[in-house]
Amino acid sequence: MIAFIVRRLVQAALVMLAVAFVSFAMFNFIGDPVANIVGQDTPADQIVELRKALGVDDPMPVRFGRFVVNAMQGKFGLSYRTTEPVGRMIADRLPATLELSLVAAIFALAAGIPMGVFAGLYPNSWLSRMMMTVSLIGISLPTFLIGILLIYIFAVILGILPSFGRGETIKFGFWSTGLLTVSGLKAIILPAITLGLFQLTLIMRLVRSEMMEVLRTDYIKFARARGLSNRAVHFGHALKNTLVPVITITGLQLGAIIAFAIITETVFSWPGVGLLFLQSVVYADIPVMSTYLVMIGFVFVVINLIVDMLYFVVDPRLRTQGRTSGGK
Amino acid sequence: MTSPKLLEVKNLRVEFPTRRGTLVAVDDVSLEIAAGEVLGVVGESGAGKSMTGTAIIGLLEPPGRIASGEIRLEGRRIDNLPYHEMRKIRGRQIGAIFQDPLTSLNPLYKVGDQLVETILTHLPMTHAQARDRAVKLLEDVGIPSAAERINSYPHQFSGGMRQRVVIALALAAEPKLIVADEPTTALDVSIQAQIIQLLKKLCREHGTAVMLVTHDMGVIAETADRVAVMYAGRIAEIGPVQEVIKRPHHPYTMGLMGAIPTMGHKTERLTQIDGSMPRLNAIPRGCAFNPRCPKVFDRCRVERPDLMPAGQSHASCWLVAKEPAHV
Repeated sequence: MIAFIVRRLVQAALVMLAVAFVSFAMFNFIGDPVANIVGQDTPADQIVELRKALGVDDPMPVRFGRFVVNAMQGKFGLSYRTTEPVGRMIADRLPATLELSLVAAIFALAAGIPMGVFAGLYPNSWLSRMMMTVSLIGISLPTFLIGILLIYIFAVILGILPSFGRGETIKFGFWSTGLLTVSGLKAIILPAITLGLFQLTLIMRLVRSEMMEVLRTDYIKFARARGLSNRAVHFGHALKNTLVPVITITGLQLGAIIAFAIITETVFSWPGVGLLFLQSVVYADIPVMSTYLVMIGFVFVVINLIVDMLYFVVDPRLRTQGRTSGGK
Repeated sequence: MTSPKLLEVKNLRVEFPTRRGTLVAVDDVSLEIAAGEVLGVVGESGAGKSMTGTAIIGLLEPPGRIASGEIRLEGRRIDNLPYHEMRKIRGRQIGAIFQDPLTSLNPLYKVGDQLVETILTHLPMTHAQARDRAVKLLEDVGIPSAAERINSYPHQFSGGMRQRVVIALALAAEPKLIVADEPTTALDVSIQAQIIQLLKKLCREHGTAVMLVTHDMGVIAETADRVAVMYAGRIAEIGPVQEVIKRPHHPYTMGLMGAIPTMGHKTERLTQIDGSMPRLNAIPRGCAFNPRCPKVFDRCRVERPDLMPAGQSHASCWLVAKEPAHV
């Protein structure tokens, strides 16, 4: 188990190094930073001095090493657009994105798993058929369209929920939360549904097909033959066996939720990192873009690590390599 | 020993409605099992033997259904009980053992937890009592250092050991009857005998009756008190095991006996029954066995024989018919 974690950590470090290299390459291959800084009439010897001071003419490995060391200390340079430190810009906006993503993921799980279980247990009921049909719409409609539809219905026609922004926030140290104020909670409903709807339908369909498959297995038949109650068979024995694939997909999708919050944040003017990223693209603000890239890479690596460890919790068959007779 | 009827199956018919018409998997099967008795049920794959067992424990998978007939346990009808009533009988009154021990146990739970869960479902016990009982059960089925192994997961046991755990699970609530569906087919030959011996011993000790479904005549000869031979969804012959083996009346049973290898007859070729069992959607008119029967005559091709007395057994064959043909 510990050897496994160490192995995964080494892998994660390698992946992060690769991501960092791509992100580092953006600086080098998209324009010359010195040309961005100096004016047209800057003397040539000053330019040379500046190049020396910034170290841009150092060999590539040296520059990359410097980039990695700085990145690990949270130094990602200054934004070309606002001249603020990029690390702080991201940190300011990260809570908004993380809260939105988390609420969206919880919404998707809390609704998707029970719906999937129901549809798997009673595949022929009219409710299951309806859920399957509606979920097709959820899968095929693009996110921005769902967002705009929701805004139109709940903000424009009914006027009960705000259509943009985060509402009031409360600060705890560096973390600002909107989950503790009424306006903040109201504001998160629409974007969270928009962001979570696709995941919800995906999880529902996954749980349904896994349930249907598990219910056909011998151990479910044997559990019934032992006279266990329906509840014990369905939720104790069947659902737990569907969890491994569900955890995998949910984990990957959580990464996707954070990464692709860009669209939802734009539709709802949600002040998160996604919106920041889009604004930076418009201004070719490379430090922000490359930092965003590193951050998303980091999020995926961390989630994958957690998912791999959750497998061990769920499935005992993975735990016991090298042990002969069980027991804890 | 064979006084009161424990299980009574009367004219059982199991159907599978399909798009191309209804398949009859079990057709007009009647049998009885007395308390403590071991009834062997043999036949080829698809003869309806497993389906009969599955119908008795009430776990036919839809669209399969009991179309007619009845199943009684100690005189009480159990084939038409609602799910939650039947569930109290499964495990408590009728235990089940399935073919493949590797897939019968839930891989995510410790065997002890699965045992305790079953015990607590049926018996009024505290968790600690149930756990003691679980250890005792594992000891009974011959699992060494049961008190430790109770915390193991199924994948930590070998196939034979897992089938022992399955037997412990089937016996957990002291059922009166165990339906054992091919309990040894998936195991190594060397382990098969051990498991059969174990099952036989435990059922004798507990007074449990067994319906032993298998295609292995050797297992039946060794274990069963009576045997039912099934062919194409019907019972071809049923009777005391020695009688059926030594004096088979139905030509199909004779063929089966001829196909068992015996020691000492080196030169003799094993007889085999030509052809194969008809598919469920193409069962011939008259006796289902008539196209393969060496002793077929006109009546077999027209009229379907029912079980009739033949010596100490009953056989559904016109050869043993006392009354003259109607044709």
